[in-house]
Amino acid sequence: MWEYTDKVKDHFLNPRNVGVIKDADGVGEVGSLACGDALTLYFKLDEKGRIAEARFQTFGCASAIASSSALTEMIKGKTLEEAQQITNDDIASFLGGLPKEKMHCSVMGFDALKKAIANYRGEKLPVHEGTIVCECFDVSDLEIKKAVQDHHLATIEEVTNFTKAGGGCGKCHEKIQEIINETLLLHKVGPHKTKKLSNIQKIKLIEQTLEDVIRPALKKDHGDIELVDVSGNIVTVKLLGTCALCSKSPVTLKNFVESKLKELVSHDILLEEVKE
Amino acid sequence: MKLIYADNNATTQVDPVVLDEMLPCLKDQYGNPSSMYTLAETSASKISEARKRVARLIGATCEEIIFTSCGTESNNAAIRSAIYTQPQKKHIVTTRVEHPAITHLCETLAKNGYRVTFVPVDKKGRLDLDYLKKNLSEQTALVSVMWANNETGVIFPIAEIAALVRKKGILFHTDAVQAVGKIPLSVMGGGVDLLSFSGHKIHAPKGIGVLFVRKGTPFSPFLIGGHQEKNRRAGTENVASIVALGKACELAGEHLAEMNTRVKRMRDRLETELLQRIPQSEVNGDRLTRIPNTTNIGFSSIEGEAILLMLNELGVCASSGSACTTGSLEPSHVLRAMKVPMTSAHGSIRFSLSTANQEEDIDYIIEHLPRIVAKLRDWSPFWKK
Repeated sequence: MWEYTDKVKDHFLNPRNVGVIKDADGVGEVGSLACGDALTLYFKLDEKGRIAEARFQTFGCASAIASSSALTEMIKGKTLEEAQQITNDDIASFLGGLPKEKMHCSVMGFDALKKAIANYRGEKLPVHEGTIVCECFDVSDLEIKKAVQDHHLATIEEVTNFTKAGGGCGKCHEKIQEIINETLLLHKVGPHKTKKLSNIQKIKLIEQTLEDVIRPALKKDHGDIELVDVSGNIVTVKLLGTCALCSKSPVTLKNFVESKLKELVSHDILLEEVKE
Repeated sequence: MKLIYADNNATTQVDPVVLDEMLPCLKDQYGNPSSMYTLAETSASKISEARKRVARLIGATCEEIIFTSCGTESNNAAIRSAIYTQPQKKHIVTTRVEHPAITHLCETLAKNGYRVTFVPVDKKGRLDLDYLKKNLSEQTALVSVMWANNETGVIFPIAEIAALVRKKGILFHTDAVQAVGKIPLSVMGGGVDLLSFSGHKIHAPKGIGVLFVRKGTPFSPFLIGGHQEKNRRAGTENVASIVALGKACELAGEHLAEMNTRVKRMRDRLETELLQRIPQSEVNGDRLTRIPNTTNIGFSSIEGEAILLMLNELGVCASSGSACTTGSLEPSHVLRAMKVPMTSAHGSIRFSLSTANQEEDIDYIIEHLPRIVAKLRDWSPFWKK
């Protein structure tokens, strides 16, 4: 028997805001029958852009229903920008905590909200960012990486509790372990925001970040990157392989390479590219 | 609130008569049966009496009964004995729907040089006998097939399987935890070499099990130490629980007829009424060949844990093959082996009755469950009326 808090029990037995909004402004659907839980979230905005009404339908266990109910209560009255700040941990704390095996229920609420907001804004969330690691539950490497980072997960079991990845056939356990190792390493080299780096330290850290984080990702698409020079906060690189030919390379540089360097080395870094 | 206990395949309430029988062993009659005085002799003779009662229930002789700590220990002892006594044979045949005590042990052996064949079942949970036959070889050390399935109640044709396994000169074990006390069964004259069962499924306390080892079957003990159980299971006897089990076996024999008439009728009524009152509900398992106390029903578009917790609010105890109840993420291996569609696998509920249940219990479940299912379906994005 799970140790559910009284608040979880209350939101399960008397869920708030169950139902459908026919003329909803935003709708987000996550999960499936095969996965064992699914949630459809609806919201409607008032004239000031605040969430006037939120409703849900959930297929799943008590904590999935309670998490959905909690989410609808939490977002009511908020602007979309405010609602976006809600994390799965906030949903869990609202309920006085969830058993660790049930954390994925709160993640489902968080994902549904993200989708519903994107739906309202007419944005298309990519079906999957990254590559699928767990085929049983359709979880990508980026989702796992994010969970490991955000919740300091250190074991496969913890990853399964949060993302469901690895909870089925178990084939992907090795890959999950790799992601954990990689992310933990990343954590170690981490951003040195408090300490001012010497030039040597900065160059070393840039090289390490390129090697551990950026290059493996580019290599998946048969691309590569070379560090040409570092001068103050300006980092000059050259893209190689398919990346050099890719029309999206400016996006890759700005959104991926530069943001990674800002995150892991120093937030004032600016990237420059040299071509052949 | 009244408690309605309908989860007797999980465990049973200790029968008050059984409790009375065991209590003196926990009070004044505390002698170690191996010692040399009258106090000890009382314990020894009580064990001897219990052994007779246990043997009688399954058609064995007293020498063929070994007391263990639980069904899981009996299963472990049986399988490990079969492979230790035949070290040259590296193959085991079992089914895809066994209890974890068998499945996980076999998976462990598979990682340690053994080849394990898991025989599949059809969508009604019936065993593929041809598959089993085809996979027997000179390398096969043991065939282990449960007598009745804990989740669906489906009975396997043990006499038939045991006979064909014996013909090949292969040892045969059956996990009879869910069959003993529910259907008449006997090891007499058949091909069963090893049989496990457990006390707490037949109104004895938890912590006592039985392993039947047919006379002449090579045996290697699982627990090594003292001379207890004729050197086949070391450790000071759990006298009180053994005595309780003896009484429980005697009562189980007496209750067999009631189990297969009154209890079966209650189960059938529960099942029929629920199927009638709840649309898109379906029985998991072969309705014609089942132990009389069990029904497993899948309700589409909803999830089992939610149903169970709502039943719990009304004092009803049942269980579910759903993933969420155990913390695993997939529905039970039994329902998956039967290829029960995902629409209802997650929402499958097992009710298992005993002679302690009354018609009012059935009325109560029939009255309340349809409303619970309707409510959860109302909340579900998959429910289309």
